[in-house]
Amino acid sequence: MSKQEQHWEKSRGLLFMTLAIWFVFSIGIFLFGAEMNEVTGPFGYPLTYWFTCQGSLGAFVILIFWFANRQEKIDEEFGFSERGDD
Amino acid sequence: MIKGNFIDNLPKVYGIYTGGFLAFIIIMSIAEQMGMTAKTIGICFVAFTVAIYAIIGYLSRTAQADAYYVAGRQVPTVFNGMATAADWMSGASFVAMAGGIYFKGYGYMALLVGWTGGYVLVASLLAPYLRKFGCYTVPDFIGTRYGGNLSRFMAVVVLTVASFTYVTAQINATGTIASVALDIPFQYAVYVGLVSILLCSMLGGMRGVTWTQVAQYIVLIIAYLLPVFWISNKMGAGFFPHFMLADEVSRIAELEAQFGFVKNSAENLKEVPKGLAGITKAHSAVNATPWAFISLALAMMMGTASLPHVMMRYFTTPSVKAARKSVGWSLFFIFLLYSSAPMLATLSKLSLIDPTLPTGIIGKSISEVQAIDWYQNWNQANLMYVSDFNGNGTLELNEFFMGGKAVVLATPEIAGLPYVISGLVAAGGMAAAMSTADGLILAIANAISHDVYYKIIDPKAETAKRLVVARVLLVVIGFAGATIAALEIQGILGSVIWAFDFAMSGLFFPLVLGVWWKRANKEGAIAGMFLGLVSGAAYLVWVRTGGSGFLGITQLTFGIFGSAVSLVAMVVVSLMTSAPNAATQKMVDEVRIPSGKSILGKQH
Repeated sequence: MSKQEQHWEKSRGLLFMTLAIWFVFSIGIFLFGAEMNEVTGPFGYPLTYWFTCQGSLGAFVILIFWFANRQEKIDEEFGFSERGDD
Repeated sequence: MIKGNFIDNLPKVYGIYTGGFLAFIIIMSIAEQMGMTAKTIGICFVAFTVAIYAIIGYLSRTAQADAYYVAGRQVPTVFNGMATAADWMSGASFVAMAGGIYFKGYGYMALLVGWTGGYVLVASLLAPYLRKFGCYTVPDFIGTRYGGNLSRFMAVVVLTVASFTYVTAQINATGTIASVALDIPFQYAVYVGLVSILLCSMLGGMRGVTWTQVAQYIVLIIAYLLPVFWISNKMGAGFFPHFMLADEVSRIAELEAQFGFVKNSAENLKEVPKGLAGITKAHSAVNATPWAFISLALAMMMGTASLPHVMMRYFTTPSVKAARKSVGWSLFFIFLLYSSAPMLATLSKLSLIDPTLPTGIIGKSISEVQAIDWYQNWNQANLMYVSDFNGNGTLELNEFFMGGKAVVLATPEIAGLPYVISGLVAAGGMAAAMSTADGLILAIANAISHDVYYKIIDPKAETAKRLVVARVLLVVIGFAGATIAALEIQGILGSVIWAFDFAMSGLFFPLVLGVWWKRANKEGAIAGMFLGLVSGAAYLVWVRTGGSGFLGITQLTFGIFGSAVSLVAMVVVSLMTSAPNAATQKMVDEVRIPSGKSILGKQH
């Protein structure tokens, strides 16, 4: 397998992992919204309510930065990272 | 004070700007103490901020194609994040979102999740790859990846339908704010709003829009957060509302149980002005089925990843990895406002309905409420209404009605904040609506000037001529949008949601599969865009004209149907026709690695 194919395989793996985490916070939680709202979440808010106004939103922010860092590592590993900085 | 390259000095420039804006707020509050009228303060806020944007727009003027279309591809990640956040958060997010949460609770908050979760799709599926491609516009990617003028033209059609639906709502919002702040009739105020919008974008194109959007973000975020924190502190609810409103949330649930929700006879509701509503849904309880919540969130997420005015902001970063990081920063800046909207809704609701608070009006006598200053102001603006349906002389929960916009616009006044805050909020709303309108008008004008005029009609046109065409189109599209906005056909929020559905119906799969599926070809993409858009639009018309719909897909989520048709059409047609040629396959391989030259040259 060429270097390029290996790089793409790893990138694709990272994509699936990212989408799986995204699925949990954007869809998975809300399948059980009514049940989870009975539980008291962070700062004392009802749990599902907290996810809709802070939890899921914050998780997406962290997820994107995590994804960007992992993808940069993969690019470096195969020598595909760009020169210069941003 | 400022030496050297503009880009290197950005933190300093915007630092001074932010300080200047805060100083302006302080000067205005001193002027208020000295007796300046509320009306003059409102005019000062809107006029001062719009003048600043116009100056930035003028200073950013350019005669180069890559500065006009992609801001020279040198916008640093954090600043591009701010610009995207302003581009993204529209008049609807600023003025209507807290109101929606106030009235509809959990079911509405699917929009919060959808409008943030979509950025994960942007970062992982599309933005870095489109940046590597080096295109100027989204149809530029479609046209080059799939080949042929028809695919390029179809992408322009989808882009125009989605963005134009969106932009009329934004011009409408600028008109509403300008008409209130400047006290002129709405049908003229719309054009005042339009001229302000064009001042930012006409001379500098994407470069002008970028630097004004950063300035607009700073204004809008200060204008949103300052009142939320101030009200929370004034009510004694906690100095950092986001972490401290649990007691208030449970107190609202308690009051809801005590009062019950609003149920009025149709006869009583007839006398309530149109657009006003009572509290009919629980504040923090789960009041929607999982599918109703998830389908709305999903439609908004896929729509986010297909809206060209957002995607093209990531064409302006210096590199592919900067594009990825920049998506993260965008969402962080959006998060600051979105996580505050539910807090504002909570504070607003509690301060009105809790009889134990001095601001509470439920349980007071009707005549007493009607004598309150702020009630009279907002009643006159058609945003509040009380009526003694049961004739007992006391205001009950089901006798109080309010418009969605009032939550953001009136809460500072209800909580007893000085008028300078209301002026600030007007400036913030104006900034939010203007920045989004700018991004949208530019997206449409650039697609038509670059993809239709330059790439299809006259490929030999010189840069100067192309930029003249781009600017003329900008003005024409702006006026068309303003003219439709002046007719006041649809509400702000409804048309915003439709724009997402149109975009995802026609563009989501052609964009994503263009990067992630090498076998996708021209015929498949054309079928996907065409059938997706047509079937989505047909579904909308069917539901609007009394159709029952299926699978719980409503007029707000018709994009789920449209994009499903688009996916099936694209896969089936691609597999039935021949695979893309070797050059195209090689191009896709190139797009997938961040290093090396972009597919399209610097000047194209």
